[in-house]
Amino acid sequence: MARETYINAALTLALVLVPLWAWSTGQAYILTLCTKVAILALAGVGLNIALGLGGLVSFGHAAFFGIGGYAMGILASHAQIMDPIAEWPFLIEGTKSMPVIWLVAMLASAFAALLIGALSLRTSGVYFIMITLAFGQMLYYFTIGWPAYGGEDGLSIYVRNSFPGLNTLVPAQFLILAYVILGLALLFSARLARAPFGLALTAARQNADRVETVGITPFKLRLVAFVISGAITGLAGALFADLNRFISPTMFSWHTSGEIMIFVILGGVGRLYGPVAGAALFILLEHLLGGISDYWLIYVGALLLGVVLFARGGLIGTLAGREVAHG
Amino acid sequence: MAEIVLQTNGISKSFGALKASDNISLDLRAGEIHALIGPNGAGKSTLIKQIAGNMQPDNGTVQFLGRDVTALDTVARARLGLGRTFQISALAMEFTVLQNAVLGALGERGGVFRFFRPVMKDRALLERAREALKRVGLQDHAATRTAELSHGQRRQLEVAVALTLKPKAFLMDEPMAGLGAGGSKRLTGFLDGLRAEAPILLVEHDMDAVFALADRISVLVYGQVIATGTAAEIRSNAEVRRAYLGEEDAA
Ligand SMILES: Nc1ncnc2c1ncn2[C@@H]1O[C@H](COP(=O)(O)OP(=O)(O)OP(=O)(O)O)[C@@H](O)[C@H]1O
Ligand SMILES: [Mg+2]
Repeated sequence: MARETYINAALTLALVLVPLWAWSTGQAYILTLCTKVAILALAGVGLNIALGLGGLVSFGHAAFFGIGGYAMGILASHAQIMDPIAEWPFLIEGTKSMPVIWLVAMLASAFAALLIGALSLRTSGVYFIMITLAFGQMLYYFTIGWPAYGGEDGLSIYVRNSFPGLNTLVPAQFLILAYVILGLALLFSARLARAPFGLALTAARQNADRVETVGITPFKLRLVAFVISGAITGLAGALFADLNRFISPTMFSWHTSGEIMIFVILGGVGRLYGPVAGAALFILLEHLLGGISDYWLIYVGALLLGVVLFARGGLIGTLAGREVAHG
Repeated sequence: MAEIVLQTNGISKSFGALKASDNISLDLRAGEIHALIGPNGAGKSTLIKQIAGNMQPDNGTVQFLGRDVTALDTVARARLGLGRTFQISALAMEFTVLQNAVLGALGERGGVFRFFRPVMKDRALLERAREALKRVGLQDHAATRTAELSHGQRRQLEVAVALTLKPKAFLMDEPMAGLGAGGSKRLTGFLDGLRAEAPILLVEHDMDAVFALADRISVLVYGQVIATGTAAEIRSNAEVRRAYLGEEDAA
Protein backbone atom coordinates (compact mmCIF):
# COMPACT_ATOMS: atom_id res chain seq x y z
CA MET A 1 0.00 0.00 0.00
CA ALA A 2 1.10 3.55 -0.63
CA ARG A 3 2.77 5.53 2.13
CA GLU A 4 0.02 8.12 1.91
CA THR A 5 -2.50 5.52 3.06
CA TYR A 6 -0.53 4.94 6.27
CA ILE A 7 -0.21 8.64 6.90
CA ASN A 8 -3.96 9.08 6.44
CA ALA A 9 -4.59 6.20 8.80
CA ALA A 10 -2.24 7.69 11.41
CA LEU A 11 -3.97 11.04 11.11
CA THR A 12 -7.36 9.41 11.52
CA LEU A 13 -6.11 7.57 14.58
CA ALA A 14 -4.78 10.78 16.11
CA LEU A 15 -8.08 12.53 15.46
CA VAL A 16 -9.85 9.72 17.30
CA LEU A 17 -7.38 9.34 20.16
CA VAL A 18 -7.13 13.01 21.07
CA PRO A 19 -10.85 13.42 21.81
CA LEU A 20 -10.94 10.01 23.55
CA TRP A 21 -8.18 11.20 25.85
CA ALA A 22 -9.89 14.58 26.31
CA TRP A 23 -13.18 12.87 27.04
CA SER A 24 -11.71 10.48 29.59
CA THR A 25 -9.94 13.35 31.35
CA GLY A 26 -12.99 15.56 31.15
CA GLN A 27 -11.58 18.34 28.94
CA ALA A 28 -14.66 19.40 27.04
CA TYR A 29 -12.76 22.30 25.52
CA ILE A 30 -10.53 19.92 23.56
CA LEU A 31 -13.60 18.08 22.27
CA THR A 32 -14.92 21.35 20.91
CA LEU A 33 -11.56 22.08 19.29
CA CYS A 34 -11.61 18.68 17.58
CA THR A 35 -15.15 19.35 16.40
CA LYS A 36 -13.94 22.63 14.96
CA VAL A 37 -11.09 20.86 13.18
CA ALA A 38 -13.52 18.38 11.64
CA ILE A 39 -15.90 21.09 10.45
CA LEU A 40 -13.16 23.29 9.00
CA ALA A 41 -11.60 20.23 7.38
CA LEU A 42 -14.99 19.55 5.81
CA ALA A 43 -15.01 23.05 4.33
CA GLY A 44 -11.54 22.28 2.98
CA VAL A 45 -12.65 18.92 1.55
CA GLY A 46 -15.21 20.91 -0.42
CA LEU A 47 -12.67 23.41 -1.70
CA ASN A 48 -10.20 20.65 -2.47
CA ILE A 49 -12.57 19.20 -5.08
CA ALA A 50 -12.53 22.48 -6.99
CA LEU A 51 -8.94 23.45 -6.23
CA GLY A 52 -7.14 20.14 -5.95
CA LEU A 53 -8.92 18.06 -8.56
CA GLY A 54 -10.17 20.79 -10.87
CA GLY A 55 -7.34 23.31 -10.47
CA LEU A 56 -9.94 26.02 -9.86
CA VAL A 57 -8.41 28.59 -7.54
CA SER A 58 -11.60 29.83 -5.93
CA PHE A 59 -11.06 32.72 -3.60
CA GLY A 60 -14.76 32.90 -2.89
CA HIS A 61 -15.60 29.73 -1.05
CA ALA A 62 -16.64 31.87 1.91
CA ALA A 63 -19.78 32.51 -0.15
CA PHE A 64 -20.81 28.87 0.26
CA PHE A 65 -19.60 28.63 3.84
CA GLY A 66 -21.67 31.72 4.63
CA ILE A 67 -24.75 30.57 2.75
CA GLY A 68 -24.64 27.31 4.70
CA GLY A 69 -24.30 29.28 7.91
CA TYR A 70 -27.12 31.65 7.09
CA ALA A 71 -29.35 28.77 5.97
CA MET A 72 -28.92 27.41 9.49
CA GLY A 73 -29.34 30.83 11.10
CA ILE A 74 -32.47 31.73 9.20
CA LEU A 75 -34.18 28.38 9.68
CA ALA A 76 -33.26 28.12 13.37
CA SER A 77 -34.03 31.72 14.27
CA HIS A 78 -37.52 31.48 12.83
CA ALA A 79 -38.11 28.23 14.65
CA GLN A 80 -36.77 29.84 17.82
CA ILE A 81 -39.37 32.65 17.75
CA MET A 82 -41.97 30.46 16.07
CA ASP A 83 -42.45 32.90 13.26
CA PRO A 84 -42.77 31.39 9.77
CA ILE A 85 -40.19 32.44 7.17
CA ALA A 86 -42.90 32.91 4.56
CA GLU A 87 -46.64 32.47 4.46
CA TRP A 88 -47.12 33.04 0.79
CA PRO A 89 -47.28 31.39 -1.74
CA PHE A 90 -47.10 28.59 0.79
CA LEU A 91 -46.14 28.31 4.40
CA ILE A 92 -42.42 27.92 5.06
CA GLU A 93 -41.55 27.44 8.69
CA GLY A 94 -38.24 27.47 10.45
CA THR A 95 -36.78 24.28 11.80
CA LYS A 96 -34.34 23.10 14.44
CA SER A 97 -33.78 19.76 12.76
CA MET A 98 -30.18 19.34 11.64
CA PRO A 99 -30.87 16.98 8.75
CA VAL A 100 -33.35 19.44 7.25
CA ILE A 101 -31.00 22.36 7.83
CA TRP A 102 -28.11 20.48 6.23
CA LEU A 103 -30.20 19.65 3.20
CA VAL A 104 -31.28 23.28 2.78
CA ALA A 105 -27.72 24.49 3.34
CA MET A 106 -26.36 22.14 0.69
CA LEU A 107 -29.07 22.90 -1.84
CA ALA A 108 -28.74 26.65 -1.35
CA SER A 109 -24.97 26.65 -1.64
CA ALA A 110 -25.06 24.26 -4.59
CA PHE A 111 -27.46 26.62 -6.34
CA ALA A 112 -25.22 29.60 -5.55
CA ALA A 113 -22.22 27.65 -6.85
CA LEU A 114 -24.12 26.91 -10.05
CA LEU A 115 -24.77 30.62 -10.64
CA ILE A 116 -21.32 31.81 -9.56
CA GLY A 117 -19.62 28.98 -11.45
CA ALA A 118 -21.61 29.53 -14.64
CA LEU A 119 -20.36 33.13 -14.71
CA SER A 120 -16.85 32.80 -13.32
CA LEU A 121 -15.74 29.56 -15.00
CA ARG A 122 -15.78 31.32 -18.35
CA THR A 123 -12.63 33.05 -17.15
CA SER A 124 -9.44 31.57 -15.83
CA GLY A 125 -6.29 32.46 -13.95
CA VAL A 126 -6.28 35.70 -12.04
CA TYR A 127 -9.68 36.75 -13.41
CA PHE A 128 -11.28 33.65 -11.98
CA ILE A 129 -9.71 34.37 -8.59
CA MET A 130 -10.98 37.96 -8.71
CA ILE A 131 -14.51 37.11 -9.79
CA THR A 132 -14.96 34.46 -7.12
CA LEU A 133 -13.54 36.90 -4.58
CA ALA A 134 -15.98 39.57 -5.76
CA PHE A 135 -19.00 37.26 -5.36
CA GLY A 136 -17.95 36.42 -1.84
CA GLN A 137 -17.51 40.08 -0.92
CA MET A 138 -20.85 40.96 -2.50
CA LEU A 139 -22.62 38.53 -0.19
CA TYR A 140 -20.53 39.79 2.71
CA TYR A 141 -21.71 43.37 2.23
CA PHE A 142 -25.22 42.17 1.54
CA THR A 143 -25.46 40.41 4.89
CA ILE A 144 -23.95 43.42 6.68
CA GLY A 145 -26.87 45.44 5.36
CA TRP A 146 -29.50 42.80 6.13
CA PRO A 147 -31.00 43.82 9.49
CA ALA A 148 -33.53 41.00 9.60
CA TYR A 149 -30.75 38.59 10.52
CA GLY A 150 -28.60 40.79 12.68
CA GLY A 151 -26.82 42.83 10.03
CA GLU A 152 -23.25 43.55 10.97
CA ASP A 153 -23.65 42.16 14.50
CA GLY A 154 -24.70 38.74 13.41
CA LEU A 155 -27.28 36.57 15.05
CA SER A 156 -27.20 34.20 17.98
CA ILE A 157 -29.07 30.91 18.09
CA TYR A 158 -29.72 30.04 21.72
CA VAL A 159 -30.04 26.30 21.58
CA ARG A 160 -28.07 24.00 19.33
CA ASN A 161 -30.19 22.33 16.65
CA SER A 162 -31.31 18.78 17.14
CA PHE A 163 -30.49 15.48 15.57
CA PRO A 164 -32.85 12.49 15.99
CA GLY A 165 -31.63 10.24 18.80
CA LEU A 166 -28.77 12.48 19.93
CA ASN A 167 -28.30 15.19 22.48
CA THR A 168 -26.28 17.59 20.38
CA LEU A 169 -25.53 19.82 23.36
CA VAL A 170 -23.23 17.15 24.73
CA PRO A 171 -19.87 18.00 23.15
CA ALA A 172 -18.95 14.37 22.51
CA GLN A 173 -22.18 13.71 20.65
CA PHE A 174 -21.86 16.75 18.44
CA LEU A 175 -18.25 15.78 17.82
CA ILE A 176 -19.27 12.33 16.64
CA LEU A 177 -21.79 13.89 14.29
CA ALA A 178 -19.15 16.17 12.78
CA TYR A 179 -16.68 13.28 12.48
CA VAL A 180 -19.18 11.04 10.73
CA ILE A 181 -20.03 13.76 8.23
CA LEU A 182 -16.36 14.47 7.59
CA GLY A 183 -15.76 10.74 7.14
CA LEU A 184 -18.58 10.47 4.63
CA ALA A 185 -17.32 13.51 2.74
CA LEU A 186 -13.81 12.03 2.60
CA LEU A 187 -15.20 8.74 1.36
CA PHE A 188 -17.20 10.54 -1.27
CA SER A 189 -14.29 12.64 -2.45
CA ALA A 190 -11.98 9.61 -2.57
CA ARG A 191 -14.43 7.80 -4.81
CA LEU A 192 -15.04 10.89 -6.88
CA ALA A 193 -11.32 11.28 -7.55
CA ARG A 194 -11.11 7.75 -8.94
CA ALA A 195 -14.38 7.77 -10.82
CA PRO A 196 -14.73 8.63 -14.51
CA PHE A 197 -15.63 12.16 -13.46
CA GLY A 198 -12.45 12.51 -11.40
CA LEU A 199 -10.27 11.24 -14.24
CA ALA A 200 -11.76 13.71 -16.70
CA LEU A 201 -11.69 16.59 -14.22
CA THR A 202 -8.06 16.09 -13.28
CA ALA A 203 -7.19 15.68 -16.96
CA ALA A 204 -8.88 19.01 -17.69
CA ARG A 205 -6.73 20.62 -15.00
CA GLN A 206 -3.57 19.28 -16.65
CA ASN A 207 -4.49 19.81 -20.26
CA ALA A 208 -7.85 21.16 -21.40
CA ASP A 209 -7.00 20.60 -25.09
CA ARG A 210 -6.60 16.90 -24.45
CA VAL A 211 -10.01 16.66 -22.83
CA GLU A 212 -11.72 18.54 -25.66
CA THR A 213 -10.00 16.37 -28.22
CA VAL A 214 -11.51 13.23 -26.72
CA GLY A 215 -14.93 14.86 -26.91
CA ILE A 216 -15.48 16.09 -23.35
CA THR A 217 -16.27 19.73 -22.49
CA PRO A 218 -13.99 21.01 -19.69
CA PHE A 219 -16.48 23.73 -18.72
CA LYS A 220 -19.16 21.19 -17.81
CA LEU A 221 -16.72 19.17 -15.72
CA ARG A 222 -15.60 22.26 -13.87
CA LEU A 223 -19.10 23.53 -13.27
CA VAL A 224 -20.23 20.22 -11.79
CA ALA A 225 -17.08 20.10 -9.65
CA PHE A 226 -17.70 23.65 -8.48
CA VAL A 227 -21.29 22.83 -7.50
CA ILE A 228 -20.28 19.72 -5.55
CA SER A 229 -17.47 21.67 -3.95
CA GLY A 230 -19.80 24.53 -2.97
CA ALA A 231 -22.38 22.16 -1.50
CA ILE A 232 -19.82 20.47 0.77
CA THR A 233 -18.37 23.78 1.95
CA GLY A 234 -21.95 24.99 2.51
CA LEU A 235 -22.65 22.00 4.72
CA ALA A 236 -19.53 22.85 6.71
CA GLY A 237 -20.86 26.39 7.10
CA ALA A 238 -24.13 25.10 8.58
CA LEU A 239 -22.22 22.92 11.04
CA PHE A 240 -19.83 25.72 11.94
CA ALA A 241 -22.78 28.00 12.70
CA ASP A 242 -24.23 25.28 14.87
CA LEU A 243 -20.93 24.78 16.67
CA ASN A 244 -20.79 28.47 17.57
CA ARG A 245 -24.54 28.94 17.75
CA PHE A 246 -23.86 32.16 15.97
CA ILE A 247 -23.76 33.51 12.44
CA SER A 248 -22.29 36.75 11.19
CA PRO A 249 -21.18 38.34 7.93
CA THR A 250 -17.59 37.31 8.79
CA MET A 251 -18.49 33.87 7.50
CA PHE A 252 -18.69 35.47 4.05
CA SER A 253 -15.55 37.57 4.23
CA TRP A 254 -12.48 36.94 2.16
CA HIS A 255 -10.62 36.07 5.35
CA THR A 256 -12.75 32.99 5.55
CA SER A 257 -12.05 32.11 1.91
CA GLY A 258 -8.37 32.58 2.61
CA GLU A 259 -8.45 30.40 5.69
CA ILE A 260 -10.18 27.56 3.88
CA MET A 261 -7.58 27.83 1.17
CA ILE A 262 -4.80 27.83 3.77
CA PHE A 263 -6.08 24.53 5.20
CA VAL A 264 -5.90 22.96 1.77
CA ILE A 265 -2.49 24.37 0.89
CA LEU A 266 -0.91 23.59 4.28
CA GLY A 267 -2.21 20.05 4.20
CA GLY A 268 -1.59 19.39 0.53
CA VAL A 269 -3.53 20.50 -2.52
CA GLY A 270 -5.34 17.62 -4.19
CA ARG A 271 -4.46 15.18 -1.40
CA LEU A 272 -7.44 13.39 0.07
CA TYR A 273 -6.41 14.17 3.66
CA GLY A 274 -4.84 17.51 2.83
CA PRO A 275 -7.67 19.60 4.28
CA VAL A 276 -7.78 17.43 7.41
CA ALA A 277 -4.07 17.79 8.05
CA GLY A 278 -4.22 21.49 7.22
CA ALA A 279 -7.18 22.29 9.46
CA ALA A 280 -5.70 20.26 12.31
CA LEU A 281 -2.36 22.03 12.01
CA PHE A 282 -4.05 25.43 11.81
CA ILE A 283 -6.16 24.88 14.91
CA LEU A 284 -3.21 23.38 16.74
CA LEU A 285 -1.10 26.44 15.97
CA GLU A 286 -3.93 28.74 16.93
CA HIS A 287 -4.23 26.87 20.21
CA LEU A 288 -0.50 26.76 20.98
CA LEU A 289 0.66 30.09 19.61
CA GLY A 290 -2.54 32.08 20.09
CA GLY A 291 -1.91 31.99 23.84
CA ILE A 292 1.63 33.34 23.45
CA SER A 293 1.11 36.09 20.92
CA ASP A 294 -1.79 37.93 19.33
CA TYR A 295 0.21 37.86 16.16
CA TRP A 296 0.26 34.09 15.83
CA LEU A 297 -1.01 34.33 12.26
CA ILE A 298 2.39 35.70 11.30
CA TYR A 299 3.80 32.25 12.07
CA VAL A 300 1.09 30.63 9.99
CA GLY A 301 2.02 33.03 7.20
CA ALA A 302 5.67 32.03 7.44
CA LEU A 303 4.72 28.37 7.42
CA LEU A 304 2.52 28.91 4.39
CA LEU A 305 5.35 30.64 2.61
CA GLY A 306 7.60 27.70 3.40
CA VAL A 307 5.08 25.24 2.05
CA VAL A 308 4.54 27.19 -1.16
CA LEU A 309 8.27 27.65 -1.72
CA PHE A 310 9.69 24.33 -0.61
CA ALA A 311 6.95 21.77 -0.10
CA ARG A 312 4.33 22.08 -2.78
CA GLY A 313 2.63 18.90 -1.66
CA GLY A 314 1.93 20.41 1.75
CA LEU A 315 2.12 18.36 4.93
CA ILE A 316 0.79 15.18 3.32
CA GLY A 317 2.90 15.60 0.21
CA THR A 318 6.06 16.14 2.23
CA LEU A 319 5.44 13.04 4.31
CA ALA A 320 4.11 10.79 1.56
CA GLY A 321 6.12 11.88 -1.45
CA ARG A 322 4.74 12.27 -4.91
CA GLU A 323 1.22 11.14 -5.48
CA VAL A 324 0.94 7.62 -6.75
CA ALA A 325 -1.27 7.37 -9.81
CA HIS A 326 -4.55 5.64 -9.05
CA GLY A 327 -5.07 2.14 -10.33
CA MET B 1 -13.16 7.97 -56.96
CA ALA B 2 -13.39 7.22 -53.27
CA GLU B 3 -15.87 9.08 -51.13
CA ILE B 4 -14.76 12.41 -49.62
CA VAL B 5 -14.67 12.23 -45.82
CA LEU B 6 -13.24 15.61 -44.95
CA GLN B 7 -13.00 18.77 -46.97
CA THR B 8 -11.94 22.38 -46.59
CA ASN B 9 -13.43 24.95 -48.91
CA GLY B 10 -11.44 28.12 -49.40
CA ILE B 11 -10.19 28.43 -45.84
CA SER B 12 -8.37 31.66 -45.06
CA LYS B 13 -6.85 32.83 -41.81
CA SER B 14 -4.70 35.88 -41.17
CA PHE B 15 -2.68 36.89 -38.12
CA GLY B 16 -2.37 40.60 -38.70
CA ALA B 17 -0.57 40.99 -42.01
CA LEU B 18 0.48 37.33 -42.07
CA LYS B 19 -1.69 35.05 -44.18
CA ALA B 20 -1.32 31.71 -42.42
CA SER B 21 -4.04 30.09 -44.53
CA ASP B 22 -4.70 31.48 -47.96
CA ASN B 23 -7.81 30.10 -49.64
CA ILE B 24 -7.04 26.46 -48.87
CA SER B 25 -9.26 23.84 -50.46
CA LEU B 26 -8.32 20.23 -50.03
CA ASP B 27 -10.01 16.98 -49.25
CA LEU B 28 -9.41 13.65 -47.59
CA ARG B 29 -10.92 10.56 -49.14
CA ALA B 30 -11.87 7.20 -47.68
CA GLY B 31 -8.93 4.83 -47.41
CA GLU B 32 -6.18 7.31 -48.19
CA ILE B 33 -3.30 8.98 -46.51
CA HIS B 34 -3.13 12.58 -47.62
CA ALA B 35 0.15 14.14 -46.58
CA LEU B 36 0.49 17.84 -46.01
CA ILE B 37 4.04 19.05 -46.32
CA GLY B 38 5.67 22.44 -46.35
CA PRO B 39 8.49 24.41 -44.76
CA ASN B 40 8.41 25.57 -41.12
CA GLY B 41 5.84 28.27 -40.60
CA ALA B 42 3.98 27.42 -43.81
CA GLY B 43 0.69 27.16 -41.92
CA LYS B 44 0.24 23.40 -41.58
CA SER B 45 -0.63 23.38 -37.89
CA THR B 46 -2.85 26.42 -38.36
CA LEU B 47 -4.84 24.49 -40.94
CA ILE B 48 -5.11 21.45 -38.67
CA LYS B 49 -6.40 23.67 -35.87
CA GLN B 50 -9.12 25.07 -38.09
CA ILE B 51 -10.15 21.61 -39.19
CA ALA B 52 -10.16 20.32 -35.61
CA GLY B 53 -12.16 23.31 -34.38
CA ASN B 54 -9.58 24.99 -32.12
CA MET B 55 -9.45 27.98 -34.40
CA GLN B 56 -12.15 29.66 -36.46
CA PRO B 57 -11.24 30.49 -40.08
CA ASP B 58 -11.76 34.08 -41.26
CA ASN B 59 -13.29 32.67 -44.42
CA GLY B 60 -14.24 29.32 -45.84
CA THR B 61 -15.87 26.19 -44.48
CA VAL B 62 -14.96 22.75 -43.20
CA GLN B 63 -17.04 19.75 -44.18
CA PHE B 64 -16.87 16.44 -42.39
CA LEU B 65 -18.90 13.38 -43.35
CA GLY B 66 -21.02 15.53 -45.61
CA ARG B 67 -21.84 18.07 -42.90
CA ASP B 68 -20.75 21.65 -42.59
CA VAL B 69 -18.96 21.62 -39.24
CA THR B 70 -17.49 25.12 -39.40
CA ALA B 71 -19.69 26.35 -36.56
CA LEU B 72 -19.03 23.34 -34.31
CA ASP B 73 -16.44 23.43 -31.54
CA THR B 74 -13.61 20.96 -30.96
CA VAL B 75 -15.68 18.78 -28.66
CA ALA B 76 -18.51 18.42 -31.14
CA ARG B 77 -16.12 17.63 -33.99
CA ALA B 78 -14.31 15.06 -31.86
CA ARG B 79 -17.63 13.44 -31.05
CA LEU B 80 -18.46 13.28 -34.74
CA GLY B 81 -15.27 11.27 -35.23
CA LEU B 82 -12.29 13.52 -35.79
CA GLY B 83 -9.27 11.94 -34.12
CA ARG B 84 -6.47 14.41 -33.73
CA THR B 85 -2.88 14.30 -32.54
CA PHE B 86 -0.97 17.42 -31.59
CA GLN B 87 2.39 18.63 -32.82
CA ILE B 88 3.22 19.63 -29.25
CA SER B 89 1.98 16.74 -27.15
CA ALA B 90 -1.23 17.58 -25.32
CA LEU B 91 -1.40 14.87 -22.70
CA ALA B 92 -2.15 14.73 -19.01
CA MET B 93 1.45 14.62 -17.86
CA GLU B 94 0.76 13.51 -14.28
CA PHE B 95 -1.28 10.54 -15.48
CA THR B 96 0.11 7.17 -16.33
CA VAL B 97 0.22 6.21 -19.97
CA LEU B 98 -2.72 3.89 -19.37
CA GLN B 99 -4.78 6.65 -17.73
CA ASN B 100 -4.33 8.85 -20.77
CA ALA B 101 -5.54 6.05 -23.00
CA VAL B 102 -8.47 5.32 -20.68
CA LEU B 103 -9.44 8.98 -20.87
CA GLY B 104 -9.72 8.62 -24.62
CA ALA B 105 -11.81 5.48 -24.31
CA LEU B 106 -14.01 7.25 -21.77
CA GLY B 107 -14.53 10.19 -24.10
CA GLU B 108 -15.59 7.84 -26.86
CA ARG B 109 -17.93 5.78 -24.69
CA GLY B 110 -19.42 8.66 -22.74
CA GLY B 111 -20.66 8.42 -19.16
CA VAL B 112 -18.21 10.95 -17.78
CA PHE B 113 -20.63 12.14 -15.11
CA ARG B 114 -20.33 9.06 -12.96
CA PHE B 115 -19.06 9.63 -9.49
CA PHE B 116 -18.58 6.32 -7.68
CA ARG B 117 -17.15 3.43 -9.67
CA PRO B 118 -13.37 3.49 -10.11
CA VAL B 119 -12.69 4.21 -13.75
CA MET B 120 -9.42 2.29 -13.71
CA LYS B 121 -11.37 -0.87 -12.90
CA ASP B 122 -13.74 -0.52 -15.82
CA ARG B 123 -12.99 -3.61 -17.89
CA ALA B 124 -14.36 -2.33 -21.18
CA LEU B 125 -12.41 0.94 -21.01
CA LEU B 126 -9.20 -0.79 -19.92
CA GLU B 127 -9.44 -3.29 -22.71
CA ARG B 128 -9.91 -0.58 -25.32
CA ALA B 129 -7.05 1.46 -23.85
CA ARG B 130 -4.64 -1.47 -23.62
CA GLU B 131 -5.40 -2.52 -27.17
CA ALA B 132 -4.61 0.97 -28.45
CA LEU B 133 -1.34 1.07 -26.49
CA LYS B 134 -0.38 -2.29 -27.89
CA ARG B 135 -1.02 -1.17 -31.43
CA VAL B 136 1.44 1.70 -31.12
CA GLY B 137 3.93 -0.39 -29.16
CA LEU B 138 3.51 1.25 -25.75
CA GLN B 139 2.04 -1.75 -23.94
CA ASP B 140 5.14 -2.13 -21.74
CA HIS B 141 4.87 1.48 -20.60
CA ALA B 142 1.26 1.37 -19.45
CA ALA B 143 2.20 2.11 -15.84
CA THR B 144 4.79 4.77 -16.67
CA ARG B 145 4.09 8.37 -15.75
CA THR B 146 3.48 10.26 -18.97
CA ALA B 147 5.92 13.00 -17.98
CA GLU B 148 8.67 10.38 -17.97
CA LEU B 149 8.11 9.35 -21.58
CA SER B 150 10.52 10.48 -24.29
CA HIS B 151 9.19 12.92 -26.87
CA GLY B 152 8.82 10.15 -29.39
CA GLN B 153 6.87 7.98 -26.96
CA ARG B 154 4.56 10.89 -26.19
CA ARG B 155 3.88 11.15 -29.88
CA GLN B 156 3.03 7.44 -29.93
CA LEU B 157 0.71 7.95 -26.99
CA GLU B 158 -1.02 10.77 -28.85
CA VAL B 159 -1.70 8.31 -31.64
CA ALA B 160 -2.89 5.68 -29.17
CA VAL B 161 -5.37 8.09 -27.57
CA ALA B 162 -6.66 8.99 -31.01
CA LEU B 163 -7.13 5.27 -31.70
CA THR B 164 -9.29 4.81 -28.61
CA LEU B 165 -11.73 7.31 -30.11
CA LYS B 166 -12.41 5.03 -33.10
CA PRO B 167 -12.42 8.08 -35.32
CA LYS B 168 -13.79 8.39 -38.85
CA ALA B 169 -10.76 10.45 -39.86
CA PHE B 170 -7.36 11.12 -38.34
CA LEU B 171 -5.61 14.47 -38.21
CA MET B 172 -1.99 13.90 -37.31
CA ASP B 173 0.42 16.75 -36.82
CA GLU B 174 3.97 15.40 -37.09
CA PRO B 175 3.48 12.05 -35.36
CA MET B 176 7.01 10.91 -36.28
CA ALA B 177 8.89 13.83 -34.76
CA GLY B 178 11.37 12.64 -32.15
CA LEU B 179 10.80 8.98 -32.85
CA GLY B 180 14.23 8.10 -34.24
CA ALA B 181 14.80 5.92 -37.27
CA GLY B 182 13.52 2.65 -35.80
CA GLY B 183 10.39 4.10 -34.24
CA SER B 184 9.68 6.11 -37.33
CA LYS B 185 9.83 3.01 -39.48
CA ARG B 186 7.50 1.09 -37.18
CA LEU B 187 4.97 3.92 -37.05
CA THR B 188 5.15 4.16 -40.85
CA GLY B 189 4.22 0.51 -41.05
CA PHE B 190 1.41 1.03 -38.60
CA LEU B 191 -0.08 4.06 -40.37
CA ASP B 192 0.10 2.14 -43.61
CA GLY B 193 -2.41 -0.34 -42.23
CA LEU B 194 -4.42 2.27 -40.34
CA ARG B 195 -5.65 4.04 -43.48
CA ALA B 196 -8.01 1.13 -44.11
CA GLU B 197 -9.78 1.96 -40.83
CA ALA B 198 -9.97 5.69 -41.36
CA PRO B 199 -8.24 8.08 -43.74
CA ILE B 200 -5.37 10.17 -42.39
CA LEU B 201 -4.50 13.78 -43.02
CA LEU B 202 -0.83 13.62 -42.16
CA VAL B 203 1.42 16.59 -41.50
CA GLU B 204 4.97 15.31 -41.55
CA HIS B 205 8.50 16.52 -42.09
CA ASP B 206 9.93 13.03 -42.44
CA MET B 207 10.08 12.82 -46.22
CA ASP B 208 10.91 9.11 -46.32
CA ALA B 209 7.72 8.42 -44.42
CA VAL B 210 5.69 10.82 -46.55
CA PHE B 211 6.84 9.41 -49.87
CA ALA B 212 6.43 5.85 -48.62
CA LEU B 213 2.94 6.37 -47.26
CA ALA B 214 1.04 9.11 -49.00
CA ASP B 215 -1.55 8.39 -51.64
CA ARG B 216 -1.61 12.10 -52.29
CA ILE B 217 0.57 14.94 -51.12
CA SER B 218 -0.32 18.62 -50.82
CA VAL B 219 2.42 21.19 -50.55
CA LEU B 220 1.76 24.26 -48.45
CA VAL B 221 3.97 27.34 -48.80
CA TYR B 222 3.15 30.69 -47.18
CA GLY B 223 -0.38 29.54 -46.46
CA GLN B 224 -1.08 28.46 -50.03
CA VAL B 225 -1.43 24.99 -51.47
CA ILE B 226 0.94 25.19 -54.42
CA ALA B 227 0.46 21.60 -55.57
CA THR B 228 -1.50 18.44 -54.86
CA GLY B 229 -0.70 15.10 -56.41
CA THR B 230 0.84 11.66 -56.07
CA ALA B 231 4.35 11.22 -54.74
CA ALA B 232 5.74 10.99 -58.27
CA GLU B 233 3.90 14.10 -59.40
CA ILE B 234 5.09 16.10 -56.42
CA ARG B 235 8.68 14.95 -56.83
CA SER B 236 8.76 16.10 -60.42
CA ASN B 237 6.87 19.35 -59.83
CA ALA B 238 9.25 22.22 -60.61
CA GLU B 239 7.52 24.76 -58.37
CA VAL B 240 7.62 22.38 -55.41
CA ARG B 241 11.27 21.65 -55.96
CA ARG B 242 12.05 25.32 -56.01
CA ALA B 243 9.88 26.30 -53.06
CA TYR B 244 10.44 23.41 -50.78
CA LEU B 245 12.33 20.31 -51.76
CA GLY B 246 15.09 22.44 -53.23
CA GLU B 247 15.68 23.94 -49.83
CA GLU B 248 16.40 20.50 -48.48
CA ASP B 249 18.89 19.74 -51.24
CA ALA B 250 20.68 22.96 -50.50
CA ALA B 251 20.74 22.25 -46.76
N1 LIG C 1 -2.00 32.24 -32.81
C1 LIG C 1 -1.13 32.82 -33.67
N2 LIG C 1 -0.96 34.15 -33.67
C2 LIG C 1 -0.10 34.74 -34.51
N3 LIG C 1 0.64 34.08 -35.41
C3 LIG C 1 0.51 32.75 -35.46
C4 LIG C 1 -0.37 32.05 -34.59
N4 LIG C 1 -0.30 30.73 -34.87
C5 LIG C 1 0.61 30.61 -35.86
N5 LIG C 1 1.09 31.81 -36.24
C6 LIG C 1 2.05 32.06 -37.32
O1 LIG C 1 1.48 31.51 -38.48
C7 LIG C 1 2.47 30.89 -39.28
C8 LIG C 1 2.11 29.44 -39.52
O2 LIG C 1 2.30 28.72 -38.31
P1 LIG C 1 2.04 27.16 -38.21
O3 LIG C 1 2.28 26.76 -36.83
O4 LIG C 1 0.74 26.83 -38.80
O5 LIG C 1 3.21 26.59 -39.14
P2 LIG C 1 3.60 25.09 -39.45
O6 LIG C 1 3.50 24.93 -40.92
O7 LIG C 1 2.82 24.16 -38.62
O8 LIG C 1 5.13 25.09 -39.04
P3 LIG C 1 6.01 23.92 -38.36
O9 LIG C 1 6.46 23.04 -39.46
O10 LIG C 1 7.16 24.65 -37.76
O11 LIG C 1 5.18 23.22 -37.37
C9 LIG C 1 3.79 31.08 -38.54
O12 LIG C 1 4.45 32.18 -39.09
C10 LIG C 1 3.37 31.35 -37.12
O13 LIG C 1 4.30 32.18 -36.48
MG1 LIG D 1 3.23 22.87 -37.14
